[in-house]
Amino acid sequence: MKLQQLSVFLENRPGRLDAPLEAIAAAGINILTLSLADTAQFGILRLIVRDWERAQQVLEDGGWIVNSTEVIAVDVEDRPGGLAAVLKVLDQAGVNIEYMYAFSSHRPDKAMLIFRFENTDQAQQVLMTHGLRIVDGSELVGAAD
Amino acid sequence: MVTSPPSRIWNIAAETQSIQARTALQLTRLRALIERVNHQVPFYREALQRAGISADQFKHLEDVRRLPFTTKADFRQQHPLGLLAVPRHEIARIHGSSGTTGTPTFVAYTKNDLQIWAELCARFLFAGGLEPQHTVQIAFGYGLFTGGFGLHYGVECIGAAIIPAAAGNTRRQIALLRDLTPDVLICTPSYALTIADAARELDLDSRSLSLQYGHFGGEPWSDDLRLQIERELNITAFNNYGLSEVIGPGVSGECSARTGMHIQDDHFLIECLDPDTLEPVPDGELGELVITTLTREAMPVLRYRTRDLARIYRDPCPCGRTSIRMSRVTGRTDDMLIIRGVNVFPSQIEEALLRVEGTTAHYLIEVERPHILDEVTIKVEIQRELFSDRMDQMQRLRERIRHEIQTVAGIRAQIELVEPRTIERFTGKATRVIDRRHLIT
Repeated sequence: MKLQQLSVFLENRPGRLDAPLEAIAAAGINILTLSLADTAQFGILRLIVRDWERAQQVLEDGGWIVNSTEVIAVDVEDRPGGLAAVLKVLDQAGVNIEYMYAFSSHRPDKAMLIFRFENTDQAQQVLMTHGLRIVDGSELVGAAD
Repeated sequence: MVTSPPSRIWNIAAETQSIQARTALQLTRLRALIERVNHQVPFYREALQRAGISADQFKHLEDVRRLPFTTKADFRQQHPLGLLAVPRHEIARIHGSSGTTGTPTFVAYTKNDLQIWAELCARFLFAGGLEPQHTVQIAFGYGLFTGGFGLHYGVECIGAAIIPAAAGNTRRQIALLRDLTPDVLICTPSYALTIADAARELDLDSRSLSLQYGHFGGEPWSDDLRLQIERELNITAFNNYGLSEVIGPGVSGECSARTGMHIQDDHFLIECLDPDTLEPVPDGELGELVITTLTREAMPVLRYRTRDLARIYRDPCPCGRTSIRMSRVTGRTDDMLIIRGVNVFPSQIEEALLRVEGTTAHYLIEVERPHILDEVTIKVEIQRELFSDRMDQMQRLRERIRHEIQTVAGIRAQIELVEPRTIERFTGKATRVIDRRHLIT
């Protein structure tokens, strides 16, 4: 199952991160996880939210540039080498990872990672073939509760 | 600092000609020019016919005001050589200037044009003290740009030695200055300061170099900058003016009295007009310079609107030259910027941005001179079509914009992507440029 991630363009100035987060909060939308990639000059805020379509609307109405991208959430064993095992599979299959970040799961033995692949379909296929568990959206929402 | 005696006149007959004789010469040349372009240049033939003008109607110099104007747009429209007034095989050289569309506008010269050009440069170089035994370092660009070659042949005309260093490679410039001990430096004023600065970094005393004089042009500069250059290089700094559409450097230049730049008015007829009414402004008042080339063969120009704002003076100069003089250029009637000696129009930036799909016309050009050299930052509002969640794509976008701007406008700029609607919207004419250099004081 693919997930929709929202990305928001931010200038790298003090206070620029607060405003979109506040707008989402004001709309009563829960942020499941986020990551910020930045350069000295600008940043990209990446968000997984409960209701991404509404969140996108809220952000766009607020004047932000937003796009939505398909990402995949993968279950990783919360033990040494857990991530390495997943990366090895992807690497051997020649799947390119654009970026990844952690999802804070509440389950004690599981970690969850959000992957942005160059080719999402191919990545999904590879992960499933190797018996790795892809977390679907509803489960994610549940996990964050 | 050395001051040259006021009597240094290269072409005494031409430069000290009585005003009546020069006026008569100008009128004769103007009539011949109209005759020539009427026969040789379809563009002018049509314009003259439209205006119902023929050469024999010209009884007074003031009649020049009946002639049609020529603009930069005409040069573009006649690209590449539509304004040529001689058969192609008579061209001896072609130079070009940066155009507003990325294509240079070309200017052609016959052999005779080149000789006159060299003499015109020699006139102001000689006025500034240049002697055949001197050595001159030319740190102007050699190429399509008229600066390098124009001054080069001017120096040759006098017979001085030339170090054709060309622009750039500042460390090497300093090594040449140190090792070959030239007397004269020719470049843009800002590059003169760069050289002085770099000399200090290399632990050389920029004031103790062999230089005596400098001839600077190619970009607007203030009297403050002149004083700074003179102080830092321990030289006398002279200003000269020209533009490629009419010839290049050599239209005017200072004598040792430095009471304005002597216009070589046996070769150029200069009007100073109110850019809105196109009526002449009184002497000493700011107006747009409009230039008619009286002797150019390959590409003569009628009433070229330079867009440069300056003042004209007719009072006598203590040096004995009888020409009219002009002030330094204190501004432009259009939005052209000169960035490190390169002419740049905001429309070029716009064009470059449009080449990157998805960018809109929301941009702002900020020009600063933090130290010596101009720095340009272009703020571009990010659009949805351009935005990617991937950092590498975003960096590639900035790189693409930077590359397009370099291709179209010929300048290196910092690209700053900004959030939508952060660049102020203007109800009237948009302000695309914030120039913090305070060039003209």
